[in-house]
Amino acid sequence: MNYHWDFGDVLHYWPLFETGLGYTLGFTLISAVIGMVTGALLTLLRRSGWKILSVPAVAFVEVFRCTPALVQLVWCYYALPVVLDITLSPMMAALLALSCYGAAFYSEIFRAGLDTVDIGQWDAAYALGMRPFTALRRVIGPQAFKIMIAPLVSQFVLQLKNTSLVSVVTVPDLVYQGQMVASATYKPLEVYTTIAIIYFAILFPITQVARILERRYHV
Amino acid sequence: MSKEVMIDVVNLEKSFGKHKVLEDISFSVPKGKVIALIGPSGSGKSTLLRCINLLEMPDAGAITINGKTMDFGILSLRYRTTELAAFRAETGMVFQSFNLFPNMTVLENVMAGQRFVKGISKDEAELIARPLLAQVGMEGFAASMPQRLSGGQKQRVAIARALATNPKVMLFDEATSALDPQRVAEILAIMRELAQAGMTQVVVTHEMSYARDVADIVMFMADGRVVESGPARQVIEDPQEERTRDFLKHFHAGCS
Repeated sequence: MNYHWDFGDVLHYWPLFETGLGYTLGFTLISAVIGMVTGALLTLLRRSGWKILSVPAVAFVEVFRCTPALVQLVWCYYALPVVLDITLSPMMAALLALSCYGAAFYSEIFRAGLDTVDIGQWDAAYALGMRPFTALRRVIGPQAFKIMIAPLVSQFVLQLKNTSLVSVVTVPDLVYQGQMVASATYKPLEVYTTIAIIYFAILFPITQVARILERRYHV
Repeated sequence: MSKEVMIDVVNLEKSFGKHKVLEDISFSVPKGKVIALIGPSGSGKSTLLRCINLLEMPDAGAITINGKTMDFGILSLRYRTTELAAFRAETGMVFQSFNLFPNMTVLENVMAGQRFVKGISKDEAELIARPLLAQVGMEGFAASMPQRLSGGQKQRVAIARALATNPKVMLFDEATSALDPQRVAEILAIMRELAQAGMTQVVVTHEMSYARDVADIVMFMADGRVVESGPARQVIEDPQEERTRDFLKHFHAGCS
């Protein structure tokens, strides 16, 4: 390969990458928080014992688990406004899709974690006179959490990578900014290599921390 | 008023799906007495025990413990989780599989009821928990994690944990079934001390010698019904019903 690498032009546009990184991290964190809260709520609904609550919750989870995130994103941006007769900014559509997608997977992680805790632990907590929420907080939750740590981190990693999809609806994340820089400099090789390095530099440490946590709790 | 009634169960019914597990169960236990529930597996004795502290919700009937009555049926739905929890706090339960909380130390296990149910401070809960650990001979293990204990040690801690909320009734669900023979005697000795100290107990057991020597009342159950009930020694040594005799035959070889 005789290609002459030249990052000079690309780094000239560094502020654009910074802005993009801000959007990527912001979208990841916000959608992860909304996703986890919604996911926890979905898990509670699924375990409520009332079909009128559990069936819609299961349906929600399965719909978002079994369709691609990109399709959800495009659907939220182009189709949802038509259905509801509203207008959604690209940001809102992207956030909505990513949060719902995350919620479905977080809910599965919470459910699986709670299921691994022996049913006798609930019995013992109730027998002492604990109310369901107290039992969850003091007895079941701490035990389930250890099991959930590793899958939660890997879901968070996926969530961060999935934010790259928002560029499709013109949210100026890292990938979107890269496309801008690439078309301005005609240096796609350097641009997309830079982007890949930035993603790697963020995610590699996170996966290593996950590995350490996993080993500590020897799941 | 002659003898104070601690537990009064009236016409209790429970089904799992179409399978009727408890049918028309009625009995009462005076304060300070021990009742042993015996019978073959699947007779409903464990389910009955779990109904007494509402781990299983009865379908019909009523239970009164220490003057507080719960009615079951369509009306069960009106009970709030706080009411159920308060009713459960009247009883302490000891399980066959111990069910200690693995995320807490031995001491924290025993403090759990005081702290998280009664909302008492850590220091005060410890003042209650430490003597109870001593009472079951586990004071040296306060800082241990439950996973490191033997079965017998776990069960002692479980008894201390159940006693810590100061229950009026202790429920034992085959508390010695998962233990080595030597450990069985230790746990039975603790249960015997509790009985002598006047704790009302409902004991699901396969230990016929405990039923005969410590229990005041023995109730033999089969297929979800009470077959025979009466003074312990009489039911064990001179059962009136054919089914009770058949059941006890299996034990007379082993227990003297």
